[in-house]
Amino acid sequence: MIYADVLIVGGGPSGLTAAKMCCEAGLSTIIVERSHILGGQLTKQTHKFFGSKDQYAKMRGIDIAVKLQEDLASFNTLTMMLETTVVGLYEDKVVTILQHNEYKKIKAKAIILATGASEKFLAFENNDLPQIVGAGALQTLVNLYQVIPGKSMVMIGSGNIGLIVSYQMLQAGIEVKKVIEATDRIGGYKVHASKLKRLGVDIQTRKTIKRAIGKDQLEAVEIVRIDENFQEIEGTSEIIETDLLCVSVGLSPLHQLASMMNCKTTYISELGGYVPLIDDHFQCSVPGVFACGDMVGIEEASSAMMEGYLAGLYTCNYLNQPHLEAESLISHYENQLYELRNGLFGRKTLRGIEKRKENLIHA
Amino acid sequence: MDKSKIILCRCEDITLDDVHRLLDEGYTTFEDMKRLLRVGMGPCQATTCGHLIQWQIANYLNQPMEEIKIQKVRPLTTGVTLNQIVEGIKHED
Repeated sequence: MIYADVLIVGGGPSGLTAAKMCCEAGLSTIIVERSHILGGQLTKQTHKFFGSKDQYAKMRGIDIAVKLQEDLASFNTLTMMLETTVVGLYEDKVVTILQHNEYKKIKAKAIILATGASEKFLAFENNDLPQIVGAGALQTLVNLYQVIPGKSMVMIGSGNIGLIVSYQMLQAGIEVKKVIEATDRIGGYKVHASKLKRLGVDIQTRKTIKRAIGKDQLEAVEIVRIDENFQEIEGTSEIIETDLLCVSVGLSPLHQLASMMNCKTTYISELGGYVPLIDDHFQCSVPGVFACGDMVGIEEASSAMMEGYLAGLYTCNYLNQPHLEAESLISHYENQLYELRNGLFGRKTLRGIEKRKENLIHA
Repeated sequence: MDKSKIILCRCEDITLDDVHRLLDEGYTTFEDMKRLLRVGMGPCQATTCGHLIQWQIANYLNQPMEEIKIQKVRPLTTGVTLNQIVEGIKHED
């Protein structure tokens, strides 16, 4: 058995920031990360962030990932377990892991879940043909490993990820034939959409994919116009030849580990799916288990980092070993989060958070 | 639309046709489908099919997504060999 004050599951933006707070408070901390590198989605994000300096604005995601790791470099109370998968989580805070094929147990006084999210998939004919990928997979191939998987691409979904990834694929030399969106308006920021439009990319709303066409791999896609009830309008079919189709239709929080420990979870559409119910201190319904980042509601990495700092600070408080600057840091990061959610796009998140609170009271 | 060519669960190759057939037979929970089709039991543990099947059930029953439960999550999240577990116990204090 390995013992630690705090076990953090996930080494992405929220897990790394939570770790910093715990380490600064002098708590022995373990980060378990499935990948061979830390940083989560940041490691593929070649674009610059928005917001203020405290929210790492003007920095590229890939550089933020390096910065967050540098922030942790000096702590000898921190153990990083890479290429390690959490196999089981139990209510007595015993966690079983698989580290390089070795099965081990960790017992922690507190657990911070920062597992992030997974990509939503779409149901259409032949959706299992090779060369149909999620936006995350495409970023991994192109941005992380410099593998160009196709000559041309059609993007499904015009949220920020769909728009940003389309732009990155253009930068990588892939022809973006079309970006389509099922609703009546472009989902992401205007600045991202404008960038694409200036480069001649067609973004079309009220359209969806009907089927993928191809024998051994994708050769073309059939796109149709849809009405306000998302039903196909007859006679609007269009065949586009392409050898790559990217699906970017949103993310679902990875709530599974919280459910496994019997933390209460609820489906909240504004937050992307099932999420653990957390109180104002990021604590789940099982005492001593905290959750933050995309796992408790899909937002941007900037918010995930602010949540990570806060979840870390509240965890230290829970363990009666508060961070020396707990009070000022908590108010600082709470303000940052408030600011980040203050815009038009934050309204949906705030509605979701409100529902999460209501559900917690009823639970 | 050929429902047998629409994959909902990539791990177990379960199609929209398979799911609709079960719905018509009266199996309207994710747990039922898990037992009958193995959806959610593959390597991804329902991270792909979860919301797709949840939506199909919601649509079929004409209920909001919020009302549709998904599967109970239990350990283990990934395959562990008995040998790995035995070796693990050896080092237990």
